[in-house]
Amino acid sequence: MTLRLVVAALVAFMTLPTVVVIAVSFNPTAILSFPPAGFSLRWYANVLGYPQFQRAALNSLVVTAAAVAVALPIGTLAALALERGRLRGRNLWAALLLSPLVVPGVAAGLGFLILAAALGLLRSRSVLIAAHVALVLPFVVRSVWVSVRNLDPALERAAASLGATPWRVFRRVTLPLLRPGLFAGLLFAIVVSVNEFVVSLFISNRVTEILPVAMFTYVVNYTDPSIAALSTLFIGATFLVVWLADRYLGLGRVFLQH
Amino acid sequence: MKLLLAPAVVVLAVFAAALTALFRWSLLEFIPGSLQTGGLTLANFRGVLAPQYLDAIRDTVVLSALTTGLTLVLSYPVAYALASTPSRRVRSVLLVLTLAPFFTGAIVRTYAWVLVLGNTVVTWPLPMLFTERGVLVGLVHFSMPTMILILAAALSHIDPVYARAATSLGARPSRVFWRVTLPLSMPGIVSGCLIVFAWTLSAFPTPELLGGGKVKMIANVVKDLGLDSFNWPGAAAFAMLALVLTLTLLVGLGRLTGGRVA
Repeated sequence: MTLRLVVAALVAFMTLPTVVVIAVSFNPTAILSFPPAGFSLRWYANVLGYPQFQRAALNSLVVTAAAVAVALPIGTLAALALERGRLRGRNLWAALLLSPLVVPGVAAGLGFLILAAALGLLRSRSVLIAAHVALVLPFVVRSVWVSVRNLDPALERAAASLGATPWRVFRRVTLPLLRPGLFAGLLFAIVVSVNEFVVSLFISNRVTEILPVAMFTYVVNYTDPSIAALSTLFIGATFLVVWLADRYLGLGRVFLQH
Repeated sequence: MKLLLAPAVVVLAVFAAALTALFRWSLLEFIPGSLQTGGLTLANFRGVLAPQYLDAIRDTVVLSALTTGLTLVLSYPVAYALASTPSRRVRSVLLVLTLAPFFTGAIVRTYAWVLVLGNTVVTWPLPMLFTERGVLVGLVHFSMPTMILILAAALSHIDPVYARAATSLGARPSRVFWRVTLPLSMPGIVSGCLIVFAWTLSAFPTPELLGGGKVKMIANVVKDLGLDSFNWPGAAAFAMLALVLTLTLLVGLGRLTGGRVA
């Protein structure tokens, strides 16, 4: 009983900020007040009509789409090689492939900034996309690798012995069986790229910046609840994604593997 | 088969090039007011040890240690409930509620705490926003999902027969927990703490927004030097410090857990 109360209090602590953000986003006045004085959608109108956010949303779309489109096939091939390749030093390869995960954002961000300046690429989105590819690749590799490990090679051998060409085996047997891992990898890659902030802050400017960077700049400079409205939209989308993932993938299976 | 790795190696090479550029610039002489640099020097690393920066390093280590301890204590009950509840429904609700912040970005989460800590409705007994206390709250909240996942994974790996054996031998539930469950979950506790500590050492958005320029951690110094003062060599030296600290901790963790970094 005590445990239940403690857990409920802790979960409330974890959810509290989300609840406050949502409540504040519908607040009619510019001065933050809680509970809200009424109900208004003016901050949603403000946020959706703010040109810098529109530009940043478009940048986010381009950068995430490009980064995921590049990282998903690359990561899938790498996962196949890791599991099937009879590589020497496989653990080392795995550690290298996952290493961008453990590099502090400010180190990677400043490194990409210096590199971009040296190559004269500071004004383009290409550096942003390259950095996002490197940052989401570990998530793709890890997700797909789990699926490759669970794939019984006998199924592929059966298809081959029935006369399928290697390409046909890959397309009709291997890829469909990898679908859960590919889907999880895609999901993680999108979530990580859409929310990436620290590295992107270093390598973008007002023209190329993505949504989290634009939101950060706004929070630093203004105090009205517009960001609460934008955050609520983010939270809504996130809950939908997490709920769908739990429903169709089973988060328990992904995170609490036995 | 090995050729399949080639595209990934290209991506890694680009990443490595960025870190190499960082390392090289940390050894170049800074010429104030210019993005040109002088010759090779160790002055940037000596600069890291200047008094105002030493404060930032000390604050970073203290805040990271406090964050780790508090996060562990607050996450354990949730992880325990998650791993031991028989109800699939409860587990699902707990997972979604604890994981949702994991998936919402750092900016949204930190901004939410700006609203909570800086509001005009509830008066906190002590000033919170733009203080180290406020940053600590934000950091703990930020670390909890990670810690909960790692602990829950460790707890769900424990075979329930050990607890049953202890009970059947007459141990009270609290004794079973302290003498059986808790020691068996130690690997999860160790890796959770190391990962949270390492991540907090290079935390950026939380101290930046909740500290309001008054609380500086290592990553904030990197941003101030690099993006505001255009002192890239100085910023690079600090970033190298963050990188080395984090990698040392995580490689140590890899040793401890046999290469299995959560």
